[in-house]
Amino acid sequence: MDEATDLSVFVRHPAEGVSAMDLVVDGVYCGACIVTIEKGLFGERGVRGARVNLASKRVTVEWDEGTQSANSIVRKLDSLGYPAFPFSGLTVESLESAHEKELLRCLGVAAFGAMNVMLLSVALWAGASADANGATRDLFHWFSALVALPTVAYAGRPFFDSALKAVRLRSLNMDVPITIGVVLSLLMSVVLTWQHAQETYFESGVMLLMFLLAGRALDQSMRRKTRDVAINLAAIKADKATKILEDGRVVDMPLAAILAGDLVLVRAGERVSVDGVVEEGISEIDQSLVTGETAPAQILPGAMVYAGTLNLSGALRVRVSKASEGTLLDEVESLLENAIEQRSSYVKLADRASRLYAPVVHLTALATFLGWVALGTAWEPALIIAITVLIITCPCALGLAVPAVQVVAAGAMFRRSVMLNSGDALERLANIDTVVFDKTGTLTLPTRTLANAEDISAADLALAGALALASHHPLAKAVAETARARTPLDAQEFPGEGVEGTFEGATIRMGSLAFCDASAEAGPVVARWPDASLIAFAGPRGKIVFAVRQALRRDAKAVVERLTKAGLAIEILSGDHQAAVAEVARELGVREARSQMKPADKIARLKALRAEGRKVLMVGDGLNDAPALAAADVSMSPITAADLTQAFADAMFLGDRLAPVADAVALARKAKALMIQNLWFSVLYNAVAVPIAILGYASPLIAAIAMSGSSAVVTLNAMRGRRAPGVSK
Amino acid sequence: MNVLVILVPVALALGGMGLAAFLWAMRTGQFDDLDGASWRAIADDDLPDDNDKPKT
Repeated sequence: MDEATDLSVFVRHPAEGVSAMDLVVDGVYCGACIVTIEKGLFGERGVRGARVNLASKRVTVEWDEGTQSANSIVRKLDSLGYPAFPFSGLTVESLESAHEKELLRCLGVAAFGAMNVMLLSVALWAGASADANGATRDLFHWFSALVALPTVAYAGRPFFDSALKAVRLRSLNMDVPITIGVVLSLLMSVVLTWQHAQETYFESGVMLLMFLLAGRALDQSMRRKTRDVAINLAAIKADKATKILEDGRVVDMPLAAILAGDLVLVRAGERVSVDGVVEEGISEIDQSLVTGETAPAQILPGAMVYAGTLNLSGALRVRVSKASEGTLLDEVESLLENAIEQRSSYVKLADRASRLYAPVVHLTALATFLGWVALGTAWEPALIIAITVLIITCPCALGLAVPAVQVVAAGAMFRRSVMLNSGDALERLANIDTVVFDKTGTLTLPTRTLANAEDISAADLALAGALALASHHPLAKAVAETARARTPLDAQEFPGEGVEGTFEGATIRMGSLAFCDASAEAGPVVARWPDASLIAFAGPRGKIVFAVRQALRRDAKAVVERLTKAGLAIEILSGDHQAAVAEVARELGVREARSQMKPADKIARLKALRAEGRKVLMVGDGLNDAPALAAADVSMSPITAADLTQAFADAMFLGDRLAPVADAVALARKAKALMIQNLWFSVLYNAVAVPIAILGYASPLIAAIAMSGSSAVVTLNAMRGRRAPGVSK
Repeated sequence: MNVLVILVPVALALGGMGLAAFLWAMRTGQFDDLDGASWRAIADDDLPDDNDKPKT
């Protein structure tokens, strides 16, 4: 992080006279890091304490107000060897983690209740009620009631609330039958206890609640983990902007502190971090992240520039038109919204099933009651049998069938660098039969590398690299990186043209073809690398033209082959020019490749595919892909994608490899298969259990065994979702 | 069987203590950093000064 950046926007004040800041520290791996950071910071003047969280890779620092500044803390961490990135700590205390804690508390209470009620019930099953008048049995039943009633009243609230909400909206979800089953089992048990009955159903109700809460808590913690990583990545990426103050001074600010209407300075070679209108300056802008087009666009005063584009040649003054779109908070919020709103469509399907299921079960119970009464049984035992039907059909396995698989599959993807953004992405991902790739930044790496390094002698490359270090131009940077240059030559930069230096008395130049007068040498290079940008070097041993391009992701070919083998059709839709796209398509062996596609063209193509009945996965990173991502059946984007694009993607993948895309598809297919197996198992369970209950044989012991048994089977089956064929461990 | 009148409440109380401990642990953030705790246990931060630390 630049020392000049004003970071004070991230400081919060937890108490009078105390300042605090939360930072992401990516490089902490072990105990030594914890000690170094905490001791190192604690030694500073005024620092009250520092606490490293190794699991989330974050540090919270507190200091006496006025003794330190946000910048001095970041500097100190830097000097300790840990680059740190501040983020707004308020997001940590968000709704999500509060919800997770609430679920865990409920689970703890439910586990306590289930344990104690079971303790009493097992004693009864084992024969503790064998005494003549049943006094002990009654005592145990009253103890059970004493534990079970408050337990369910407390731990059942997540279900009761959700069920109430659904009923108020005149719809049914899974929580409605759950609530009815649990509440009825308890009420009936209290009445039975009152009547000195042999058996009660306290343990069924409490256990049911515990299993379901365990599933929900796991689901929630998986979501929080995904969100934490998203926040960390956003903090590390945290763009800054150079703000031009009223008095003409310039100051670096985190993007969060930039407002609409501010004037910012974008130097040559910098990435534009805001959307805005150019007020002053002429430059070329690489818009590949926005349009997919690799050839730079000319920018004049009055033109719009977009966040994520790269300013190539001249300094620009930009009037910010939108408040920091895609800042940390926005990004997280949109991620959250998507994640919370969208439950898996399979859960929705299960909800739909419960809409069908609830009436069926309740009618079955009613029929059971009427049937037994018609056969001459008194109404009380008949009612008890009818209620046991309700209890035993309570959708324990059905309720866990889908969420358990989701948690396991999301965890497996998370370990393979795929972060699910929306809940129902899994199922949609499993259904696809076509994969559409964007080219720039998706099939290719977002960074540039030198394509023709092998054709150039080591001495020339080293010299060119050293000269390139003197330039701010991104193309020159790529040359310098390939040459592994460390010490820059003394050189003068001509903005928009190139750099000039001296080597052994001779003048050497690097820059545009015109600047180095190398148009003649460019011909063969263009022919060989049609998709590359060119930068020329006039050295002591003649002129050289470097081809700089965004290289294919290293495993792109292997992944395309894997997807093809999995029976998927592959297409490339790119905004780039024809030659560049054809080159990539040839290299990957993809037959369907379209170039110069505008966002509307991409959507049109996707619509055409859907009209053919195809289910499409769109993988893209550019701003121009965002509408296409939203239009596709399911979408993925790399973490380097434009912020807006990420908001529309169902899943994101990290790193330089493309393999996560293929892994995600394989894991999703496995997950869907497991969900279907689980749902069928629940149907089978009910087919066996319901007749037993209708005939009046469902004792509490049988109910307990059936419920926990079916939950265990469904959960264990879900665990198989951790692996899928073709996915590395 | 009169002993049950004592034993069952004792069982409940023990379970309740476990529950209380769990709720306390959650409230005070004991589960916030599951990876760091194992390292903190073996940290050398109680050694008198840096020279005594084993070189890593």
